[in-house]
Amino acid sequence: MIDILLILLSISLLYMSIANRLASYLRILVLQGLILFGTTYLTLTEVNTLNLLLIMLETLVFKAIAVPWFMNYVIKKNKITREAEPYLPNFLSLLIVTLIIVFAIILASFMKNEHLDKTFFVVAISTIFTGLYLIVSRKKIITHVIGYIVIENGVMVLSLAVGNEMPMLVNLGVMLDIFASVLILGIFFNKIGDVIKDPDVDLLSNLKDN
Amino acid sequence: MIVLFLIGALLISCGLFFNRNRTVNYILVCFYLALLWLFGVYECFHLNQTEFTFFTVDSLGLLLLLVLCLVAGPALFHGYRYLEKHNADETPHSRGLFFGAMVLLITACSVAYLSNHIAVTWIFVEITTLSASALIYHHRTLRALEGVWKYVFICAISITFIYVGILFLSLSMKGAGIEDMSFASLYQNRLLLDPYWLKLSFLFIFTGFTAKFGLVPMYTAGIDAKDKAPAPAGALLSSILMNLGFVGVYRVYGIMAQTPMQEWARAIMIISGLLSIFVAAVYMTRIKNIKRMFAYSGIEHMGLVVLGLAVGGVGVYAAILHILLHTLVKPTLFFQYNQIYWVYQSKSVNDIGDYFKYNKTGAILLLLAFFSATAMPPSGLFVSEFMIFQSLFESHQILMLLVVVLLLTLIIWGFGSNIFKLLFTPLEKELKESQIPHISPWESLSQYVMLAFSVYLAYNPPMEMVDLINNAVRIIQ
Repeated sequence: MIDILLILLSISLLYMSIANRLASYLRILVLQGLILFGTTYLTLTEVNTLNLLLIMLETLVFKAIAVPWFMNYVIKKNKITREAEPYLPNFLSLLIVTLIIVFAIILASFMKNEHLDKTFFVVAISTIFTGLYLIVSRKKIITHVIGYIVIENGVMVLSLAVGNEMPMLVNLGVMLDIFASVLILGIFFNKIGDVIKDPDVDLLSNLKDN
Repeated sequence: MIVLFLIGALLISCGLFFNRNRTVNYILVCFYLALLWLFGVYECFHLNQTEFTFFTVDSLGLLLLLVLCLVAGPALFHGYRYLEKHNADETPHSRGLFFGAMVLLITACSVAYLSNHIAVTWIFVEITTLSASALIYHHRTLRALEGVWKYVFICAISITFIYVGILFLSLSMKGAGIEDMSFASLYQNRLLLDPYWLKLSFLFIFTGFTAKFGLVPMYTAGIDAKDKAPAPAGALLSSILMNLGFVGVYRVYGIMAQTPMQEWARAIMIISGLLSIFVAAVYMTRIKNIKRMFAYSGIEHMGLVVLGLAVGGVGVYAAILHILLHTLVKPTLFFQYNQIYWVYQSKSVNDIGDYFKYNKTGAILLLLAFFSATAMPPSGLFVSEFMIFQSLFESHQILMLLVVVLLLTLIIWGFGSNIFKLLFTPLEKELKESQIPHISPWESLSQYVMLAFSVYLAYNPPMEMVDLINNAVRIIQ
């Protein structure tokens, strides 16, 4: 069951690489949040109940509901156009994300560690690098934020892999999640929306070395 | 004491943030400074003692804490001058936020130096991102917004990388059956750790810390940040915050040292260091913005530090000495930058010149600071830089030595041509007498003291300092 959820997560990455509209990205984020919710419940069997509830609450409320809802609000409020505006054609994006997943599988094949499930490792690494790829290949600032949240999801998968032995690390990950998302989304995206009406990256490219 | 210090600093920071009264604000800042110095002195007498489980006062932490104490005073003083004298549009709210964020930044750095647990260091790195972003966005302009957005975004990615590195580290511990993640336990069991995960872990943690350390690949955010933050805050960002990155890298490198994995870590650090010096050289030869030039000079020095650390031998000692002296030298340039801006109202090289005529004390200081920052012989950094070259020579890296020397020559040329333009070239259109603000020579006093102290430390190092550095080197060799 865990494997099915994780594979679903990597399929959602492939879909993300070809999605055109911002709304589809948000839906994928919701889906990923729900997948993580399920995976958390199934994986962290040895963690004490209160801690498990806290982590699950974070994945459900924060990842699957609050962040996508808030982004939707920002998009509506600032009247951001619906298209994601990638720099590269969709076909190439799909190819690159596939290559990332293949690379993660190759990296995992070098691994000689019986303490870590390889599926977790492959899915986590491919999610992290897909997030990085989304950041560099999309034009809008909001898609950068989406890319960052995809990275966070990948990190969450990785932390779940070690979660049973070291629950402290999962808690740290939850902290990172909340801290970074609130800082990035809450404070500055609001500000950027206030100062610039159309939050394109192009408008934030004045700081140069000249 | 560390808990008292943290609580006290937090209270003062909150007090500064919520208080609107000018006098009370400055009393709080003075109070904080006293608390910080008390903390520094207290820790001097408690070397190698663990406090509150997660903090150990080791030699490296103590050294960096003491230079932080030295720099914090002038930084807060210049912050006060910056807000009071030449910025009429400051509100009580922005002043409170500025000092509150400064206090938080200094506190987070000073405590992070002493942390003996990678996760605790990581938490304080997050706090520095938060406080630094408040400082960068101080002026609420579009450019400042751009700077802070880039800084926050890249730092968020960098702390995620460090976190992934910590996860890999925990995987490498799992194979060996080690539970305790503190540095002491990791050093003790360094040979038991799983090499595959340890290598990946170092790669991620190093990449993550480069955002604070100021190295390729994540140095970019720091440059914009130091350019946009008010100069006293920029001085802190380019000294004590870079030291925080150094501490992180140093302690994690310590895990790999004296094991077969050391070569891997060395290769990563050498690549990153060389590229950093290269990037600094490329930008500094063509840069027109004085403040960004100072920031790039920091990238160059950090590249040298990491090279010294990587090649080993006397280089590790030199790297620590270089970091300490750099912490004293680099802020002087940023403090001095304020005076330049007050005279010319511009930071572009095209608008400045003939500085000797307008501000004699400041001009002499700038000349001395230039010699110091480029590590020319009377400067303290010359000693440590020479030792880094020596370590390169001793490890038979002649080609690398030549490349570095060539790049440094380019940097000195770029740095020098801008500084000499500022100091000596006559302006096309002279400034009006009424435009030139009166700058008291006293405002440069702290910078003179810091430069002189850096020379003193380099040429006549106190035995205590040498012992502390040698102790710190023992983590690696």
